[in-house]
Parts: sequence; structure tokens; C-alpha cells
Amino acid sequence: MPLADLANPHRFQKLARVLIPAFAVLAAILIAAGLVLGFRAPADYQQGEMVRVMYIHVPSAWLSLGAYTVMAIAALGTLVWRHPLADVAGKAAAQIGAAFCFLCLVTGSLWGRPTWGAYWDWDPRLTSVLVLFLLYLGVLALLRAIEDPNRAGRAAAILALVGFVNVPIVKFSVDWWASIHQQASVMRLDGPTIHSSMLTPLLISAAGFLALFLALHLAAMRNELLRRRVRTLRILAAVSAEGR
Amino acid sequence: MKLVVEGLSCSRGGRSLFQGLSFGLSRGQAILVTGPNGAGKTSLLRLVAGLLVPTAGRIALEGSDGTVGEASHFVGHLDAVKGALTAGENLVFGRALLGGGDTSIELALERFGIGALQDLPAQVFSAGQRRRLALARLLVAPRPIWLLDEPTTALDTSGQQMLARLMAEHRAGGGVIVAATHATLDLKDARKISLPNGGAV
Amino acid sequence: MTATFLAVVARDLKLALRVGGGAGIGVIFFLAIVTIVPFAVGPDLPLLARIGAAVLWIGALLASLLGLDRIFAGDHEDGSLDLLLLAPAPLELIGVAKATAHWIATGLPLVIIAPLLGLMLGVDPKALMAVSLTLLVGTPAVTFLGLIAAALSVALPRGGLLSAVLILPLAIPLLIFGVAATNAVVAGEIPFGTPFRLLCAISLFFLVLGPAAAAAALRHVRE
Repeated sequence: MPLADLANPHRFQKLARVLIPAFAVLAAILIAAGLVLGFRAPADYQQGEMVRVMYIHVPSAWLSLGAYTVMAIAALGTLVWRHPLADVAGKAAAQIGAAFCFLCLVTGSLWGRPTWGAYWDWDPRLTSVLVLFLLYLGVLALLRAIEDPNRAGRAAAILALVGFVNVPIVKFSVDWWASIHQQASVMRLDGPTIHSSMLTPLLISAAGFLALFLALHLAAMRNELLRRRVRTLRILAAVSAEGR
Repeated sequence: MKLVVEGLSCSRGGRSLFQGLSFGLSRGQAILVTGPNGAGKTSLLRLVAGLLVPTAGRIALEGSDGTVGEASHFVGHLDAVKGALTAGENLVFGRALLGGGDTSIELALERFGIGALQDLPAQVFSAGQRRRLALARLLVAPRPIWLLDEPTTALDTSGQQMLARLMAEHRAGGGVIVAATHATLDLKDARKISLPNGGAV
Repeated sequence: MTATFLAVVARDLKLALRVGGGAGIGVIFFLAIVTIVPFAVGPDLPLLARIGAAVLWIGALLASLLGLDRIFAGDHEDGSLDLLLLAPAPLELIGVAKATAHWIATGLPLVIIAPLLGLMLGVDPKALMAVSLTLLVGTPAVTFLGLIAAALSVALPRGGLLSAVLILPLAIPLLIFGVAATNAVVAGEIPFGTPFRLLCAISLFFLVLGPAAAAAALRHVRE
């Protein structure tokens, strides 16, 4: 179905009604499978049982970067191609991405405490994810500050694009600067370096998280469309009450 | 209870607007203040309400303990309506702030024909609807002295008729009105003060 | 009078929640300040832990200043201030009501999030409780001080920075004793109670001075 067809909010709602439960079920199955396999995999010789957090922490990290990319693409859609649903998708991506980013920071912090001895460290990887989180919050704050959804969407789109430069910095910060954070062990040019007994559950869990993201993103878009409809209905109600 | 103004003088920005203005208002009486823009109509109303300090003169409420301000309800140029609150919530606040009477929120809104707007946020209202909401506040927070600054701004004919009826009822119930306008206002038997020009009335 | 007080607090809280950029912005700003300090100072963990309490206090203070100048501005712009002046309650009480609502909406979230940010700076866990307590006592004083600046800047379009310039010097005693109380918990040279009680005393003083001076300012400066 061409993207232009989805521009119709009614068509979108109908599609969403089917896709959201589908993705949600898929997400539940995959994440459950990933976690079960993950718990059956051997514990890390250094970190003990705590390493299991990886199955939530790493996919959240990937998704927070991914969501920002979705937001940036949606921003282009708003400003350049003027797709009607682009700013709705952007707002949804901002909300979900911020949540995953927060989850990444919190799980990472809990993982870091027994592993490095501190809840937090100001090393490049952690700091740039924190900065990413701040950028998300900035976009969300801007969206909230402007009452008109279309104007807010355009302003937030500009901000999102400006902040996009941080995304590759986060990804590569671990390689560019010496860091206490784990070096990249999955997304490497010469193949992953972690053992398959950990890699498989991780990838399954990640796929589940992706399905979760899709479900949540579509649901957030649907909610935003409903919110806008309420706003329009209120404006119309006031206009129709005129002249009494 | 009588509103007494004696020798009232006012200057704004170094310019004297009026001097030696005196009048008294007893139950059921009304004063219409007319004059071009900048003549001092708003200043006069604000002085009576206690929102401005006069250069000279005295404003008092005889036969009552409180200040003039506490016995007045002031409807100014601006509507004092909060866009983020619904019409109902705006009136609830006005009533809680100024002290309420018997009139219900629903009734006050209906009297001005905006009952349908009760649960809608005020930011979607037109200027006329906001004005009606500001005037509906007069009903939920009853006070004996009404100080109205250009009350018919943005009001259509039916709105103006509603206001006229309301003002007549207020006076019949013993209230007094001081209204400033450069439009026509249906205030029967009102004494007129024409600004700029001081003097006794 | 109680009805008036509660009405103003309730309305201002409703407005703060509904109009974009209330509590959230202050918390984000606080987080942003804590984030940029290590960029300036370097990721030197022992140093950050030592200055942690100070950074939290500065961050909370600056974040509190956001929007303080707007306390009366909104009401002034739509004519609501006239209504407030006609209420059967002294202007001082109205000021207390508005400051209370403002603190609940913007100051309290800062107090709640401060320990979390303290963790990030590596502040001693014992000191985290102390930081929260000192902020709990100190931020209301900052808000009530801000009332004065808000009253003075009612008619000014760019009141924001002016308010900061007016309030910051007055807030210095709060800063001194707030940080001293927190460091007392860590260093243990003086008991926590000594600077803390002084902080409480200064706060109480500002809680009274703020509304009184603000009311006087509103009466004389407006138009």
C-alpha cells in the first residue's frame, strides 16, 4: 500500500486496528522467548547473573537510536515531503524513543552498579546517551509548548533534525574514545564476537523489542490522531454554539 | 448603602484627565460615562474600584464596613478569562474568588446563551463568547456595585439585549452601575458624565 | 479568605498542568545543568562527588528561576489581576497562594528528582537525603523571593533575566547554608542541624518577606 494512501487518517486507523494487536502479540512471544533462552544461557564469568539485564538493556539502546532515526525521517517527511501523517509519526517516535532511552539508562545504571561499582559514570557512551535523552526531552517539551499541533510538529521537526548529529556519535563513541563501556560486540564489520548462546537470545529479544516498538508507535500515532480530532471537535462545537 | 465620590482628580502620564469629579450613587441608580478614547473613562472606573490611586479626592462606601473594591465587580477591557479552563471552571473560580451567590454556573451561562460552552476550553471561544463569559461572572459572584468598561465590546445584538436585561434586574434589586462606553448602552435614567471634563454631577 | 486562597491555588495548579511547559521544563533544565557540569569540569569522579551538593543546589536554584517572572504576568495580560485585587482577601494572601501553587508545580519536582541526579554525580548516599531536605526547605524560599521579582516585572516583557538578577543575590544565604548542611553530613565536622536550622530560619524569613514586598510592589508599580 503506497505511503500516500496512509495519509488518510481513517485508513490509518483501520490499518492500526489490525496491526497493533498483531505486533503486540508478536512482541510478547519474541521477548518471552528471548528472555527464557537468555536465562538458560550461561551466566557471565565476571558479571554473574546480572548480565541478563543485557537482553533488555541492549535492545533498548538500539531502539532509542532507531527511534530517533525514525523521528528524523518523519521530520524530513514533515518539512520536505509534507506528508500529512509525518508529524504524528514524529511525535509518536519522540515519545516511544524517550521511553526506551530512559529504560536503557536505568537498566544500564542497575547493571553498572555491581559491574563497575557505580550507578553512573561520565564516560563517552553513557554521556552521549544521556545527551540523546535530553534531546528527546527537548523535542517533547517543544511539542507541549505549542498549542497548534501543526506548528508544533514543524518546530519539533527542525529541532529533531538538528539533534540528529548526536546519533552516530553515540554509536561510535565507544570506539573513538577509550571507555569503560563494553566495546561493540554485535554490530561490527567483521561479525559479532559474542557467543551464540548469548547472541541468539539477544537477537530474538531485539526482534521482540522491535515488534514492541512498532506496536507502541502505531498506538501512539492513533492516540495523537484522536487527540487532534477532539481538539477540532471542540473548536467546531464552540463555533456552532455561536449565534444563539 | 451609598457610593460617594468627592473631588476626584486623576492624572496619567503627567496629564490631568479630570479634576474635582463628584457624584453619589444610591440603590438602583446608574451612571453612564462617555467620551472619546483616552479621555479617562477606564481610569475613572479603576479609581472607583480601588485599582488606581487618585491624585486627589475621596471615594467611600457609606453604610457599609468594607472597602469599595470589595463591594465592586469590575469588568474591564480584557475578559479575565483563562483559555486553558472551561467556561464552567472559569466561573467556578470567579465565584470562589469573589464570593458566590445563589445563581448556579449553568444558569449564569444560560442567561447569556452560552450554556453549550460549559465544558469547552475557553481558548476555542470567539471574542463575543469570551465577553459573554466575563459578563456571566457578574451573576455567579454578585456584588452591589457594577463597574463596566465597554461591556458591549464584541457583543452582538442578542448579547447586548441580554446585558441590558441583566443591568435592569441588577438595579431593580438595589444594585448600582457605573458604565463607561463610547457606544450606545441601554441604561435608563442614567446620569451622564462626559469626559474629559470634571465637575459635579 | 480560605476559600479565596484555595481557589487561587487550585486554579494556578490546573493552569500549570494544562499549559505546556510547567513542571517538566524545570526538571529537564535541572537535568541539563547536571549533565553539562562534567563536560566543563572533566569526568573526574572524586571531584564531582565533592562538588555534587553544590552543583545540585545551583541547578535547583537556576531551574527554580525559570518562569518565576511569569507568576503575575499571565494574570496581568488577560485582566485576571484586576479580579484578584477585588477579592475579599489581602493581596499578600493572594501572593502566598500563587507562590504555593508555583512551588508545588515547579519546585517540588526538582526536590524529588534531586537525589537521582545526585546519584549521577556520585554524591555520597548519606548526603543525598540531606540534599533533598535542604532543597525541600530552600526552594519554597526561592519561590517566595521570586514573588517580589515577579511583582516588579509584571509590566516588563523581558522580565526573565531581570528576575534572576534580582533574586540570585538574595538567595545566596540559602545557597550557603544549604550546601553547608549537606557537606556537614559528609565531612562530619559540624553537626547537620546547625546550618540546617539557619537555613530554615532564613527560609521562614523569606516566606514572610516575599508576599509582603510583592504586594507592596504590585500596589505601587502597576501603572
